[in-house]
Parts: sequence; structure tokens; C-alpha cells
Amino acid sequence: MTTLPQSTERRLGLAIDLDICVGCHACVINCKEWNTSNYGAPLSDMDAYGANPVGTFLNRIHTFEVKSEGCNAQTVHFPRSCLHCEDAPCVTVCPTGASYKRQEDGIVLVNESDCIGCGLCAWSCPYGAREIDRAEGVMKKCTLCIDRIYNDNIPQEDRMPACVRTCPAGARHFGDFADPESNVSKLSAERGGMELMPEQGTKPVNRYLPPRPKADIATDGDIDVLAPFLAPIEEKQGGFISWLDKALEAI
Amino acid sequence: MHPAPSVILFTSLSGLGFGLLLFLGLGVLDVSGWVAFAFCFVAFGLSVGGLMASTFHLGNPQRAMKAFKQWRSSWLSREGVAAVAALTVMGAYCAAWIFLNMRIAALGFLGALLCLATVFCTAMIYAQLKTIPRWNQAMTPVMFLSFMFAGGALLSAQLSLAAVLLAITTIVQLLHWMLGDRRFGEAGSDIGTATGLGGLGKVRLLESPHSGTNYLLSEFCHTVGRKHAQKLRGIGIVAIGVVPVALLTFAPHSHATAAIAVLSHLIGLLSTRWLFFAEAEHVVGLYYDKHRHAA
Repeated sequence: MTTLPQSTERRLGLAIDLDICVGCHACVINCKEWNTSNYGAPLSDMDAYGANPVGTFLNRIHTFEVKSEGCNAQTVHFPRSCLHCEDAPCVTVCPTGASYKRQEDGIVLVNESDCIGCGLCAWSCPYGAREIDRAEGVMKKCTLCIDRIYNDNIPQEDRMPACVRTCPAGARHFGDFADPESNVSKLSAERGGMELMPEQGTKPVNRYLPPRPKADIATDGDIDVLAPFLAPIEEKQGGFISWLDKALEAI
Repeated sequence: MHPAPSVILFTSLSGLGFGLLLFLGLGVLDVSGWVAFAFCFVAFGLSVGGLMASTFHLGNPQRAMKAFKQWRSSWLSREGVAAVAALTVMGAYCAAWIFLNMRIAALGFLGALLCLATVFCTAMIYAQLKTIPRWNQAMTPVMFLSFMFAGGALLSAQLSLAAVLLAITTIVQLLHWMLGDRRFGEAGSDIGTATGLGGLGKVRLLESPHSGTNYLLSEFCHTVGRKHAQKLRGIGIVAIGVVPVALLTFAPHSHATAAIAVLSHLIGLLSTRWLFFAEAEHVVGLYYDKHRHAA
């Protein structure tokens, strides 16, 4: 059924810390690696070694600049993937029922054997979370690594989405937003977790933790705070080397 | 939005076809036998041809039958169900008309209602999308339905009525553009809300996630159409309405006059439908700094 559940028992999702993300794309690569070899059709690349490579990815990292009046510009790396919305328009527009939201944990999934590849779900998603796979002709999207988080065959510490597991900076957190005591709920409450495009009325589950305000560095026009410590220091040497140095300088 | 020929042909031709079927169902034509067959043939050719075209862009068209399942929630599914119902009822009506020379008025009226429902569902597929503010307005179904009525009247040789309906359609199309131009701003999404960073200052894209293109850019960030929008609007208005209305009002009614009016309307319909897709902006373009709407 492509009607949405009234409510879900759990609300699994990600809290993504924009203050921490360094834009290394490790999550993109690990996502592609895991999801190309596990649940569903592989994430294909077209013309991978040619002039115009294009491929399916479930996670993309943008880099933005934020500049406010009188302050230095700030760089923010911004991972973009499915937000597993509570009011997911991608589910209700689907004509076949291939696109659905799970009652038990709120994960939005595509049943690929029912997907006709009409693309309407991608049209309805404000976040660009869905991409048609050009080899299989079916819609691909983040599964929240459903084949990792419930997988009894892998070690406990690996039972989280591939992007979270691999992030070297610890910018990505996985948990249940329905539980106020969960890591992600606490983080989001503490840091003012943001919804993306709330005006679209999708009620996303994932939260983005805003960059912390940068400390104002008092400068007298010279932004390089380390400069005083790096000024060349005259080496004072005595003895023969010092005499030789002076003698050679004099020639 | 990428103006795919399959969706342009689908919405244009099926709209015309269901429009003609609607007028045939209302029994406006006092003909029978082979002439009736010719009208029905054109109507079914356009509506079925348009529906077939819509399957060309599917990734897995062999599973198209599954699309009839979710009529409770999906406008696309409803459209499929309504189309099959309309074609079935009108098929029975046309068969009785052609072969038995019998006009079952109740059946024709039901068929006409179903034709109306089908085109309304087609329009709602686009009008429901909040992500594409230009389409997400009440004028979208009004526009699709006026094209349907005007095209149907024109094809069913109701020339005086067609002239009035074509004039209305032209005004509706102009209104759709005027209101559509404001919709992106009204929807309130910008790069600040898309990233959540708007409160911290002015946001701009510093680096794209990928150096090449991808599905999102080729499907949602078509920019060529926006560049020529004004020219195409002018051509569209002349071809949809001005030429046909002038012909039907001032030229003596004949097959030749009607044929030129139909041809002109068809050219206008296809070019404005191309523009309907090509100039529509999807909010996902905000993440790629592709929003080029008048600031």
C-alpha cells in the first residue's frame, strides 16, 4: 500500500553534524560499496571510465559557503540523502505500491520488483533523495542500510548504516528519534537539530545539527593568530661556528 | 524539468483524444456509419496513442499493469483506472453507434464524465507536486481541462463553440503563466531553507558533489527552456488561440478552415506543453544553485 502509516513504532534516522563533517566523501563511497553489493539492484555507473561518467548514488556531499555581514565566510560540508519523512510524498504518489514506509521503524523503502521506473516519486521529493538506476530502470534510495542494522551475521558494532560506520570524523549518528532518550534525540535537542525545507510539509525524520558559532578572534587586521609564534628567531650561537658564520658573511 | 517527448505527447494527445471522446459521448454529432467510425477512430487513436507514449519513459514498462493498484492514494494510478474505464465505456458506446446505429445517451454521458475525470487526474499528477511550485496551483487542472474542452470541440467540428472555448483556453494559459511565475517565490523554499543554513547568513554553493552530471541534474535542472520562455509563449498563444479563433470567426466554415485551425492548435499545444515541462523549476535545484528565477 502506498498510503502512509498513521504512526510508526520507531522513527529510525540520522543526525548529521554539519559542524563536524569535513567533506571527505568517505560516507558516499562506503554507501555505494555496501549498497551496490547487497539489498536490491546494484548502483550502476554509466561510462565509468569514459568522458561523461554518471552513476547512481544514495548520498551526495555538497559544500556551501555561508557569509553574514561583517563576519568571515564559513565553509559547510553538507551530506544529502533520504530523510525518511513522516509525511513522505514519494510514498503516496507511487502508482504501484512499490514505494512504502515501514510501520515498525519508519524506514522508506522501494520494492524493486514492483517498481515500474516512472520516476514520479523522485519528482515529488524536495531533497533529491531518489535516483533512477539507468541499468535496472528502478528507483534507488537510501535504505538506512536495513540489511546492516538488523543483520545478525555481522558484528554488533557494524549494525549501523554504512555511512555512519565509516565516517572518520564522527559527524553522522544513527538512532531512534521516537525515543527521547536516544543518542540522536538528545543530540538534536542539545544542538537545535534542523529540519530541511519544513515549508514542504514532509516532516523529515533526519535532523541536521547546525555549525557551532565560530569564536570571534580578536585581530588587529592580521588574521594569522599563529604569526607571533612563527616569526623567525635569530639563532644565537657561540664558538667556532659563530666565528665562521661571521667570517663567511664578511667576505 | 526535462521535457521528455513521451510525457509531452502523452498529455497533449490524450487530452485531445479524451476531449473528442467527451463530445462524441454527449452526442453532439448528427452522423452515423462510416463518418461516425472516422470520428471514433481519431478519438481512440489520440487517447490510446497518448497513453501508449506515456509508457515509453518507464524504466520497466512490462510491469505497467501494476500501476492500477494504488488508486486510493496515487493520482497516477487513478488516471490509469479512469482512462481504462473511459475507454471501455466509450468503446461500448461507439460500437453501438457505429454498428447498430444506436445512441445510448446514458452510456455516452457516463463515458463523457469518465473522460473528464481522466484528464483531471492527468492534471493532478502535476498539480499535486509541491516540489514544482509552477505546477502546484489550481490553474493547472483548469488549464488541462480547458485544452480538453477546446480541442474536443474543435475536433468534433463544433466550430462556433470551439472559437469561444479556444479564446477561453488562451486566457487560461496566460493566467497559468502569470500565476506560475510567482509560485516559486510563494512556495518559500530557497537555498537557506534547503540547507537550513539561511539563518547564519547568505548561502551559496561552493563545490558541487560531483564534477559531472547525474540523474537529478538532467531530470530536474533543465535550463534551456527557461532561456527561450518568452518567445515560446508568444508563439504558443498565436498558435493555440489567435490563429484558430480568427479562422473560425472570420473565415467561412469549411473542412480546409477547420484543418488549418486544428493544425495550428496542435502546434501551439505541443509547444506550450514543451514549455510547461521545460520552464518548470524543481526545488532540488536549490542544492545545486540552479535556481535562476527572477530575483
